[in-house]
Amino acid sequence: MNPAPHVAVRNLSVTVRAPDGSPLRIVDDVSFTIQRGEVMALIGESGSGKTTIALSLLGYARSGAKISGAITVGKASFGGAGQATLAAQRGNRITYVAQSAAAAFNPSRRVIEQVIEPALIHGTASAAEARKHSMALFEALALPNPETIGSRYPHELSGGQLQRLMAAMALITRPDLVIFDEPTTALDVTTQVEVLQAFRKVVREQGATGVYVSHDLAVVAQMADQILVLNRGKVREQNSVKAVLETPSDDYTQTLLAAAQPVIKAAVPTVAPTAVGAAPLLSIEGIHAGYGAIDRNGCAAHPVLTDVSLHIGRGAAVGVIGESGSGKSTVARVVAGLLAPTAGTVSLDGEPLAASLNRRTREQLRRIQIVFQNADIALNPAHSVGEILGRVLRFYHGSSSHQARQRIAELLDLIRLPAGIADRRCDELSGGQKQRVNLARALAANPDVILCDEVTSALDTVVREAILELLAELRRDLGVAYLFISHDIATVKALCDEIVVLYKGTRVESGLRDSYAAPPFHPYTDLLISSVPELRTDWLSSVGPQASARFAHMHESAALCRFVPRCPVAVAGRCDVTPPPHRAMTAGNTVLCHRTESELTGS
Amino acid sequence: MSSTRLFRAVARLPLSGKIGLVLVIFWIVIAAIGPFIAPYPPGSFSNQEVFSESSSEFWLGSDYLGRDVLSRLLSGARFTVGLSAVAVAIAASIGTGFALMAAVGPHWVDELLSRAMDTLISIPSKIFALVLVAAFGSSLILLTVIIAITYVPGNFRIARSLAVGLARLDYVEVARARGEGRLHLALVEVLPNMIRPLCADIGLRFVFIVLLLSGLSFLGLGLQPPDADLGSLVRENTSGLAEGALAIIAPAVAIASLTVGVNLLIDAATQGKAR
Amino acid sequence: MSAASPASRWRGPLQLVAKRIGLAFVTLGLVSAVIFTISGLLPGDAAQELLGQGATPEQIAALRSEMGLDRPALVRYFGWLRGIVIGDPGKSLVANMPVADIISERLPNTLVLAGLTTLFAVPIAFLVGIWSAVTRGHAADRALNIMTLAMVALPEFLVATIAVLVFSVKLLWLPSITIVPQDPTLVEFLRAYAMPVMVLGVGVIAQLGRMIRAAIIAELDRPYVEMAVLKGVSQPRLIFRHVLPNAVGPIVNAMALSLSYLFGGAIIVETIFSYPGLASLMVNAVTSRDMPLLQACAMLFCATYLFLVLIADTVAILANPRLRQG
Repeated sequence: MNPAPHVAVRNLSVTVRAPDGSPLRIVDDVSFTIQRGEVMALIGESGSGKTTIALSLLGYARSGAKISGAITVGKASFGGAGQATLAAQRGNRITYVAQSAAAAFNPSRRVIEQVIEPALIHGTASAAEARKHSMALFEALALPNPETIGSRYPHELSGGQLQRLMAAMALITRPDLVIFDEPTTALDVTTQVEVLQAFRKVVREQGATGVYVSHDLAVVAQMADQILVLNRGKVREQNSVKAVLETPSDDYTQTLLAAAQPVIKAAVPTVAPTAVGAAPLLSIEGIHAGYGAIDRNGCAAHPVLTDVSLHIGRGAAVGVIGESGSGKSTVARVVAGLLAPTAGTVSLDGEPLAASLNRRTREQLRRIQIVFQNADIALNPAHSVGEILGRVLRFYHGSSSHQARQRIAELLDLIRLPAGIADRRCDELSGGQKQRVNLARALAANPDVILCDEVTSALDTVVREAILELLAELRRDLGVAYLFISHDIATVKALCDEIVVLYKGTRVESGLRDSYAAPPFHPYTDLLISSVPELRTDWLSSVGPQASARFAHMHESAALCRFVPRCPVAVAGRCDVTPPPHRAMTAGNTVLCHRTESELTGS
Repeated sequence: MSSTRLFRAVARLPLSGKIGLVLVIFWIVIAAIGPFIAPYPPGSFSNQEVFSESSSEFWLGSDYLGRDVLSRLLSGARFTVGLSAVAVAIAASIGTGFALMAAVGPHWVDELLSRAMDTLISIPSKIFALVLVAAFGSSLILLTVIIAITYVPGNFRIARSLAVGLARLDYVEVARARGEGRLHLALVEVLPNMIRPLCADIGLRFVFIVLLLSGLSFLGLGLQPPDADLGSLVRENTSGLAEGALAIIAPAVAIASLTVGVNLLIDAATQGKAR
Repeated sequence: MSAASPASRWRGPLQLVAKRIGLAFVTLGLVSAVIFTISGLLPGDAAQELLGQGATPEQIAALRSEMGLDRPALVRYFGWLRGIVIGDPGKSLVANMPVADIISERLPNTLVLAGLTTLFAVPIAFLVGIWSAVTRGHAADRALNIMTLAMVALPEFLVATIAVLVFSVKLLWLPSITIVPQDPTLVEFLRAYAMPVMVLGVGVIAQLGRMIRAAIIAELDRPYVEMAVLKGVSQPRLIFRHVLPNAVGPIVNAMALSLSYLFGGAIIVETIFSYPGLASLMVNAVTSRDMPLLQACAMLFCATYLFLVLIADTVAILANPRLRQG
């Protein structure tokens, strides 16, 4: 016996007005069904229409969009005359978990008021009942202090906590359908695991039916039963999670799967660490840096980096990895001279560089170039591509306009863009094209080292893979070195020979890429690696609950290992008393930890 | 090429914007050619009757001394439009120049300029203008300078917040890291991206300046006889108010049509961009 | 944070408010220096001015020392500032009586005018602002937009002229000059103030209404509003429970700004309606170059403005949980 589907979408299309006034279909004839208690994932890159579809299940379209087609959720249907409409069910039978909870909570109201508001305005429970129910949900979502956490304001809570509180808000009315819209995308990878575990537990306990919108196949593999692959508003493939991951039938799905596990094809010889005695191309020694006023001891009011050292050989690629707040971008700003360190030196070919920009020579500046994450704000919208590149050529090489034009054509060819693009303004380019131009501007200087600050983070998976490929080729062909900063360990592993792990501004581990394949790791590196979702359905279960930290009550201290409050293997009497040593492991990596190699291998 | 783009931009304006544009162009033309098309010399007592009605000889009637209102209005518009335009140009150049210095200069420059401008902005502009007029008098040039100075702080505040926001963007950081000088950062990287939003502010400030200038002249503290702007025309004919004379209504409506026109145009132009 | 005792809960915001108060005083001090510099130091000699061209150098010198003009600038400034602070800003050059007396006679009149205008204009401005924000882009909003856009651009004397023509000349309802009789009845009172309040109110309604609309719309574009809509929150609840609490800061600031705009308007309106207030007094002071009177009036207006901004800042701090908790 086959019961009527709980959610049925037939021939859904969503149309918006293009800038020139013509109608543009951003969702094109999409149909699917969801059985009660199942989670359906909508997956695709930006512009695939996945969020638009999810919102239309709430009978909601962002400004100017028009929905057509038939949607039924439980007893409600879209635009259905005489029966409950989807819009009337918003927040009651159909609920929504937004991408960034930090922005989606009202900053001036206490969290609990907002969590129980749907129950109150739809009359599904009394205030007292709703409060009680919310506490049970907080408990189930593994939130700390379930009784009191609600009395806080959003700005007092972390992103991961807010995201879970938003799930509680979505479940407070015991809805027929919960829509999760990229709920973990804005979170750090280590926080993502906790939130995913909480979500999965609560969805299963409540037997909720869900739609899970994401760009990340590995995340979806943990959360969903069915997957709908979308590309430019069209359905490319629809199947069970297992089938999509193991036997994808559509070529676009295959591309997505391949891009999710980046493997660089351009063969790059691993550059051995610079021989002892010879000065590396770029070396950073004992850098302390921060923002705000500098006190008498030479410490910044908001210190960011503490005693960070790293070395980059000629033509080498060194990755710096860490979560938000780890200070990884500050490293690049210090090297580029944009931020003067409070202590320590940066040297180029063994020659110390001045701390501030205006005391470095133009030649020194030329040899180190920086590329920022977001090409939308890294390229001046007032100038054409040719002007942007030409300025660099004139500034560093004194090129004549004829020479510059020739060189610009070469540069565009190098980054695989047509020469005609030189006359275009940056706002007419796609995201991937902009990031290529962003790189070309650095290349125009003929630098020895390029500081890449999260250059692939804002890009869709498929475009990201192409940019990584380009970076590897440029390194092979031009011998340029990279300081590659990222929060994504898979990306760093794909491109770099050597990896440095930063935690709260301290270097907790450094070593060659291969040493990150198996323990011993620093406990934080271990957490970071084990937190990256894998493309298999049982990954989340295999991670298990995160081991609890023994010193969770401790405040992080600059004098001790900063990871102590989160560390599952911290030792009483050592980690909470003395600063940890840098230990060399046999695999060649160095770890900042009290634990010995054998202890770290076993953990 | 650019003229067809301009034409298309105009065609896309909503009706209110087109009305505004027509009014603005009308007043620019009048300011340019007004005195040449005036039927009578503005100072001549051409009519026996004072506060006469509109007639074929005197389209807007005569004023309290029997002078032709239309002729006086045509020459007064030149003062109102011209003086305000010069004053707004001075105010915007100084305000925006300071704003750029604050955005790309050392921190103390920003602190100093912001502190100074915050002080000046806490003197309401009409009060400030009155104090300046009392101290320096109101010759044509002084009046222009006084009005310009009065509106520097307002322009600075807007331009500074734009410039400081832009100077934090990555493309300015990249140029800084490249080793570019402050002048390049200010003029090549920051300024071009400020111009569009600044145009709206300059337009608004032009409206304020027209109103301030007319207000001062209306109080007898602005332009001094024999020169007369539109505000002076309203003032000198206040005795005709009880009769509802054209001589007082015409210049007042003229000012309003100029300021409302500019406002409609700016509003339509900025909205078209925002949506 | 949430577990903090009541006393320490208020320490953060109180410190912040105290800082604002300190800053307001510093600014007022700087303002006084600017006003004194412009009006007291730079231009020609007040004694020369007062005595005219025919005066002998001896006469001028005598008057100069009598007025204290021969003392160094800094001494004169601090003497003047002390006078302002203790409420005795010197003697009027023209009326030959203490400035404090003249002002204390005129000030209540302007306060009544400003107070009535506020009572009349602010509720209407809220109505206009909220209404056009919730109907954003629709006919009502567009019509209100054009209306307020025109209203902010109208010179006060045009509005006053039209009002006089309609209500005094044609309809004979209201007097064209504002004379408030001794012990007025309510009707007399309202008749006297109707026109100046109306004329002043036009600008305030338009300006404040537009700023309130902008403040609400800025909030409407934030993600938490979409979230509230997706929770099924009704339109009135969305505006009053979700949006307005977040827009309090910009709205109170807008109110402070438009009330200070009121002073500028009062200069014209008091003159047109021959209303004996502070603003028309200041115009007279300019015409007669009565510097002590002018300086005192200017300082009073600036102090009021700074006070209004300070109140607005304090309200904004207390309304924002992030600032409230320091």
